[in-house]
Amino acid sequence: MDLFLIILYTIVPAALISATPLLLTAMGGLFSERSGVVNIGLEGLMVFGAFSGILGTLFFESLGFGMLSPWLGILTAAIIGMIFSLFHAVASISLRADQIVSGVALNILAVGLGVYITREIFDAGQTPTISARLFRQDVPLLSEIPIIGDMFFSRVYPTTWVAFLLVIVVWFVVFKTPFGLRLRSVGEHPAAADTMGINVNRMRYIGVMLSGLFGGMGGAIYAITAAGSFSGGTITGQGFMALAVLIFGKWHPFGAFGAALFFGLAQALSISAQSIPGLQDVPQVFMLILPYVVTILALAGVVGRATPPKAMNTHYEKGSR
Amino acid sequence: MIRDFLRSRAFGLVVPLIAVAFGLIAGAVIMLLSGNNPIDGYSGLIGGIFGDMYYFGETLRAMTPLILSGLAFAFAFRTGLLNIGVEGQVIVGWFAAVIAGISWDAPGIIHLPTALMAGALAGALWAFVPGILKAKLHVHEVIVSIMMNYIALHVVNSLIRGVFLDTGQRTAFVPDSASLSSEWLQGVTDFSRLHWGFLIALAAAVVMWFLLWKTKKGFEFRAVGFNQNASLYAGMNVSGNITSSMSISGAFAGLAGAVSGLGTYGYIEIFNTFTNLGFDGIAVALLGNSSSIGIVLSAFLFGGLSEGSGNMQAAAGVAPELVEIIIALIIFFVASSYLIRWIYKRLDSIRKGEK
Repeated sequence: MDLFLIILYTIVPAALISATPLLLTAMGGLFSERSGVVNIGLEGLMVFGAFSGILGTLFFESLGFGMLSPWLGILTAAIIGMIFSLFHAVASISLRADQIVSGVALNILAVGLGVYITREIFDAGQTPTISARLFRQDVPLLSEIPIIGDMFFSRVYPTTWVAFLLVIVVWFVVFKTPFGLRLRSVGEHPAAADTMGINVNRMRYIGVMLSGLFGGMGGAIYAITAAGSFSGGTITGQGFMALAVLIFGKWHPFGAFGAALFFGLAQALSISAQSIPGLQDVPQVFMLILPYVVTILALAGVVGRATPPKAMNTHYEKGSR
Repeated sequence: MIRDFLRSRAFGLVVPLIAVAFGLIAGAVIMLLSGNNPIDGYSGLIGGIFGDMYYFGETLRAMTPLILSGLAFAFAFRTGLLNIGVEGQVIVGWFAAVIAGISWDAPGIIHLPTALMAGALAGALWAFVPGILKAKLHVHEVIVSIMMNYIALHVVNSLIRGVFLDTGQRTAFVPDSASLSSEWLQGVTDFSRLHWGFLIALAAAVVMWFLLWKTKKGFEFRAVGFNQNASLYAGMNVSGNITSSMSISGAFAGLAGAVSGLGTYGYIEIFNTFTNLGFDGIAVALLGNSSSIGIVLSAFLFGGLSEGSGNMQAAAGVAPELVEIIIALIIFFVASSYLIRWIYKRLDSIRKGEK
């Protein structure tokens, strides 16, 4: 029993840490896809978020902001992510490009632009490592609860708890405010929303830009907490994983929350399974592919059916039927 | 009538050409903004493509897998399917072909075709999964194939690591009997790595054209792509066509991996990240308007861009990632052809108004 608890004490915080960027990025995807715009570009948004987060942190460090720099870096990434996502918005909403194709282009562009600028500034394919890192802290009071406190509230990055709070905010915004209702109606039946006087394309722009904001934050948090620097290999697939989180979570904030924790757990297990009795004989590859296999099963209806917003991946032309 | 026809045919060319022009102009602007000389940059780039026979051979070598992965995406696209999983299918095809090359011995006339077949088959199998899920359960093929990409990467890596590791991070070299490399092609091109796979890719382009436009099955594939309900009403087996189209698409992708494994490298190594052959294939197919000739031409462009980028860096000090930016922007402009069409229509109506 003690051994089991010790395992949980190492696995659960690790799972929370890997879940955080996925969760935030999935929240971004939720805004975009709920408004009817597919976002394969989440990967690219995370890449650019990681890039601008590290660059922002380095910049504020050099200005002498000290330990505040990573937070300002994350903020920078959120803003730049929002601007960067306009590429996807303009192409897929205003210019009626195929949303999936535009997302694929965004992913290529993000890596290209990020590494290009990095090379131009630092003359190398990788940025220097940031010195002001976020540190794992105990949450005051809560970390003193027996068992649960040690598992969930000790030695976690503050960003994890910010992310969890943001999930509640997202849920409230999407399901309890007029804005959320409009966003969802545009993603389900744009023509009906239009007759109610909702500006369909404007809502979709907001949806995509919010995905840039959250995706940028997600990428920045990953880069700042896990990597410490940016290169072309910093973000490899976390964005697609976030997309899987969104789908597995059935386009719902709390569903995505559960999915992110599950994926985080699978990631934590794939790293530390070797040291866990009973799991050390399971080849690592099974842990690595588990999230992807589960997502396919979820889509196939084995683990509850995932139905996307109805008007996703369609353009809206005023007056068309 | 004829004029309209000519105009529409010509228009098919206008969009990609304008997109390429926009992409290159944007690349020049980025070079200017980052303090590089675009003329030096582009002349370095062009020198890296046509500068001498070695560069040219390497360009043809680089475009070989791109033709095949472009064909893969285009084939599924014609049936109304988005095969984002080309990347994973390339990886399993590469792996299967190399394994079929190193695990047994046979005379070249049997060995090489079986290795190629193994690659194509592995790719087809990998694409079959999203195909059958789409056909039977209406699961969107894009998400499934993205997931299959990651499964391919991890499974192939762990198989190489666990079973087939020879030296360092890679497997043994395939024997000559399963190799595509050609001393003659290398000799002609000043010892580039150009190999027979180039001819296989060109042949595959002809095969795709024939299959899609000259056979009954191809007609069905395209019909399903245009309108599933109408095809069903006409008595076609829609779900069967979706599955087989996806599998054929995967076979092209597997072949793209096979020619890289058997021709360019002669082995497979543990991939730290994706090969990007599959993702670039999407760009190739889109720019080539999913037609065989278009794909060969755009594969040449993209193969040339990525080959020439090395020389661009050496000659003009421009980071090679500029090429990725240009490729991404070209896809944006092709996908946003609505804009180009809109401008064209406006110009057209202004001209007519003046008459």
